[in-house]
Amino acid sequence: MMLARTLAALGALCLAAIAGPALASGGADIRMEPAPINRLSLESQQRGARTFVNYCLSCHSARYMRYNRLVDLGLTETQIRENLMFPTDKVGATMMVAMQPADGKAWFGVPPPDLTVEARVRGDEWLFNYLLAFYKDETTPSGWNNLVFPNVAMPHVLGELSGANRLVEAQFKDHEEAQAAALAGKGIVVLEPGKDHTWVVKTLAAETPGTLTQAQYREMAADLVNFLSYMAEPNKNKRVSLGLVVLLYLCVLFGCAYWMKREYWKDVH
Amino acid sequence: MQKLLTWIDERFPLTALWESQWGKYIAPKNFNFWYYFGSLAAFTLVIQIVTGIFLTMNYKPDATKAFESIEYIMRDVSWGWLIRYMHSTGASMFFVVVYLHMFRGLLYGSYRKPRELTWIFGCFVYLCLMAEAFFGYLLPWGQMSYWGAQVIVNLFSTVPIIGEDLGVWIRGDYTISDITLNRFFAFHVIAVPLVLLGLVVAHLMALHETGSNNPDGVETKKQPKDPATGLPPDGIYSHPYYTVKDIVGVIAFLAVFSAIMFFVPDMGGYFLESNNFIPADPLKTPEHIAPVWYFTPYYAMLRAVPSFLGSQFWGVLVMAAAVLIFFALPWLDRSPVKSIRYRGGLYKGWLAAFVVSFLILGYLGVVPITVWGQFPDSWPVLGSADRATVVARLLTVVYFLFFLLMPWYTARDKTKPVPERVTG
Repeated sequence: MMLARTLAALGALCLAAIAGPALASGGADIRMEPAPINRLSLESQQRGARTFVNYCLSCHSARYMRYNRLVDLGLTETQIRENLMFPTDKVGATMMVAMQPADGKAWFGVPPPDLTVEARVRGDEWLFNYLLAFYKDETTPSGWNNLVFPNVAMPHVLGELSGANRLVEAQFKDHEEAQAAALAGKGIVVLEPGKDHTWVVKTLAAETPGTLTQAQYREMAADLVNFLSYMAEPNKNKRVSLGLVVLLYLCVLFGCAYWMKREYWKDVH
Repeated sequence: MQKLLTWIDERFPLTALWESQWGKYIAPKNFNFWYYFGSLAAFTLVIQIVTGIFLTMNYKPDATKAFESIEYIMRDVSWGWLIRYMHSTGASMFFVVVYLHMFRGLLYGSYRKPRELTWIFGCFVYLCLMAEAFFGYLLPWGQMSYWGAQVIVNLFSTVPIIGEDLGVWIRGDYTISDITLNRFFAFHVIAVPLVLLGLVVAHLMALHETGSNNPDGVETKKQPKDPATGLPPDGIYSHPYYTVKDIVGVIAFLAVFSAIMFFVPDMGGYFLESNNFIPADPLKTPEHIAPVWYFTPYYAMLRAVPSFLGSQFWGVLVMAAAVLIFFALPWLDRSPVKSIRYRGGLYKGWLAAFVVSFLILGYLGVVPITVWGQFPDSWPVLGSADRATVVARLLTVVYFLFFLLMPWYTARDKTKPVPERVTG
């Protein structure tokens, strides 16, 4: 009896603790867009590799990634040499940058991080949204800010292609109204507490067009993320396909072993 | 062949060892699902040792090269990625298997007389496993490796008076550094495994001396033996019966293991944390430091205990006590029966409360303490306290009461009579 009462009381307290966590979320809520990535599309990854060496590799290294590893993407060593290698002529070299970390720190405030395994740190979805979430902001040193990574040090390197966004803020007194507005918002939406117990919903709106259409830029971002995702774990596709074979083999083996066990155990039963 | 065996047996008790430890070892015939986890733990140990040997061939225990050498293994070493994933998946699966194996002991009273020493060796194995996991986790030299080790070593620094010096002694430096990495490597690849192997052998020898318990808690070894076969009525030879049965278990386990390893090797950040793909940076503390899932019930206790007299040491004490209290189990249980099948509602209720506490504490150790928000300011006593902390405190109390009240509730429990023979 006492135990039952203790357990009931404990259960009630746990329920009381879980009820209403929604009210408690103090920080910002963010809704991201799913990253349209096909990890089996080598063309997409090749395009991503081209974007990576042209735009990212001037500041960000990929110090564990070898150029000749790109044969994974269906390229030949000659193609790699002629189209993708700028800082080195050794095809077995890793993707290093000429920029010194100290210079990076002086120019941007932080040295640009190495990107080899960045996709494993951030996840594909985050990276895709980050590339879409830049907006003009005169208050930052670079003139750019980012909805997904507030006050990021990196300028919008692809800004000419994407065009510029501006930030759209809407203020609400009521949390539920703010939530409704956030749900209705298009694209990336951030809901965060504002000043004086208000709530702010932040979205982006296109301001000036770039050299690419929005659809083209999204595809470019998806390709780049697809490449980053590949680079973070070059064996991923091999791992998954090998896994299927191994599981199939184990299923057959399980059948045999189970039959053997049953035969032996006939003596026991 | 037979001649060779005779030649060896005259010089070394090979056949006698095999027969006493497995070949002619008589086990109860009614082992159920829960009895797979012993052989699976041994199997996982072998996986960890073999993959560990191959990892050591390419890993560099050097603060400037460790992170890089892991990526080298993942990318450039032939099948290195597979070996590394086997080892990282194996680490987590080892704890899954060992926790289930220990739970089996709680279900069927496997720690009870005469198996106290088997249980105690097992508890030491568990301690070694925790040490092994802790030392190994530093080796990839990622952010979580570094700051996780920092947090754990700081626990020792909370010991009154000698704490500071103790921390320096463990690290070999004033912070976690290359020196720490080197000594943790030594502990991980040789010191702890050596002790672990010895303990596993002792655990098995003690078990084979007393004979195995079973889901009915009937002492099959004490049953009168059939003069024709030399077997007690409920006993069978381990070999071939449990050999073929455990092979089925191993294959099923390998299927689960492979599904994780090939399709979700990081298990959504629980087996391989995403922050650990950032190289260790002593100047940048991650926002949220959480240990790997298998330590989180204890971590939740640590965080739940308030500081007292300006010291966090009490939390550390509670955490240590939570692990060490398992040793006392054989002497806390006063029930006339072993198995849960013949115990009354009291034990069943307390065991359920214990398991629920352990699981919820495990969850709370993963998430920030603000996860459930605060109690309203208007509440008496609890007002504005973190809900998660209050729940963690309560559950910590339940966890300890399961053990501390055991002499009382097991003696008072309404048990059922235990049959002479096993039932299933």
